[in-house]
Amino acid sequence: MTLLRRALVATALAASAGAHAQTSTAEGIAQYRALLADGNPAELWEAKGEALWKQRRGPKDASLESCDLGQGAGVVKGAFVRLPRWFSDTRRVQDLESRLLTCMQVQQGLDAAAIAATPFGQGEQVTLEALVAFVAAESRGMKFALPQTHPEERRMREIGRQVFFYRGGPYDFACASCHGEAGKRIRLQELPHLSVNPGDGVGIAAWPAYRVSSGELWSFQRRLNDCYRQQRFPYPGYASDATIALGAYLGSQADGAVSSAPAIKR
Amino acid sequence: MSRRAILIRSGLLAAAVSSACSSTPTSQDTARQTQAVLQSSFRAQGIATLERLNQDELQQACSGESPPPADVAKRLEAAQRAAIQWPADGLYLGDWKRGEALAQSGRGMTWNDAPGVPSGGNCYNCHQLAPAEISYGTLGPSLLGYGRLRGVANPTDPVAAPVVEYTWGKLWNAKAYNACSGMPRFGHAGVLTPAQIRDLMALLLDPQSPVNRLP
Repeated sequence: MTLLRRALVATALAASAGAHAQTSTAEGIAQYRALLADGNPAELWEAKGEALWKQRRGPKDASLESCDLGQGAGVVKGAFVRLPRWFSDTRRVQDLESRLLTCMQVQQGLDAAAIAATPFGQGEQVTLEALVAFVAAESRGMKFALPQTHPEERRMREIGRQVFFYRGGPYDFACASCHGEAGKRIRLQELPHLSVNPGDGVGIAAWPAYRVSSGELWSFQRRLNDCYRQQRFPYPGYASDATIALGAYLGSQADGAVSSAPAIKR
Repeated sequence: MSRRAILIRSGLLAAAVSSACSSTPTSQDTARQTQAVLQSSFRAQGIATLERLNQDELQQACSGESPPPADVAKRLEAAQRAAIQWPADGLYLGDWKRGEALAQSGRGMTWNDAPGVPSGGNCYNCHQLAPAEISYGTLGPSLLGYGRLRGVANPTDPVAAPVVEYTWGKLWNAKAYNACSGMPRFGHAGVLTPAQIRDLMALLLDPQSPVNRLP
């Protein structure tokens, strides 16, 4: 209730600012975000995710508490800011979401491929939203430090760099078309510059995030998916290698940046 | 894909294979692996087919961290310019009101757009145009006062012809003037029809358009 009242006041602020000038519109939006961040609804997903992490589920009736996210079995704190990374058991570089799929399959006996093929916001994808919010929140305030020692980690980072600049489709867009320069906007939406270190709590250091406009918690995979939709590309597979490579590139670019995920977005 | 693009791609592949024996990966090795990763990662959805991953020569040349060498850019621009389709009847300007509606629309060509639905111009996503619209992007330059600032008092006057023709060319294929421009090739790629481009021309060049009227 408090949140709703705050949001209404903030919306009125943003609207009245918009009537005056461009800069005051941007200030109004910043103020609106600041007010909302005071009570980020992502907390609801974080709490649900923690419960799901500990809950015995799936054909094996097991929790995810023995899941290794890269920092040892069951260690959640610090895992988010060190992903994607190489995992010797799957012999793959994995991001948080592909790793969670592995654990859901191995620990709980769920069907990872079926979950990956499930549309966002449905079925076990809803479970994943909560899990990524929980895991990310456990690293809030920590600095990005992706491991780069394994050759596969470096290989995926370099593929990710090429994917970032890869222009295609009817509009000739690449990720770099919108995120290759500082201080740019689409309409009033500010765009992070992602081919350099975007800084604390920006870009990959902000996702997953709660989106005010849709009332949803969007994971990094879902953020990328909607970018590719607007790039007019074909559909990127959930937790596919192209998306993991992009995560490896963006995560390494953000080295040392403080994570604010799950953040709050328009 | 053009024949030239196929030749270049097969040349790239050959180079990648011949360098595959060396121990440190080259950018061409990575390019080959990137292709494999893209092909295995994406799937067709709705109107967004996998063919969209296939680059033409220009897209490939503009996919580096830095732009291509000046001579390559010039050659690409000349090829794009040669392919511009000029209005058959010599009629360049349509209706600025329809142009404004098109400029506002960011719809079209995504995997959740129905086939055959006309695309919008996406203009305000990246450009300032009419002064009343304060929600504009900044990826492209401001186009506020576009025709007025270029001295176009009467778009049908022969003195205005160079600006009018350039503007048509830019809307049809922005890469004809700047090889790695961030702007889509609206006519060339079939995103907008010649009639839609005429309406955008009017928004930019008609003295009655809000883009050109002094506040």
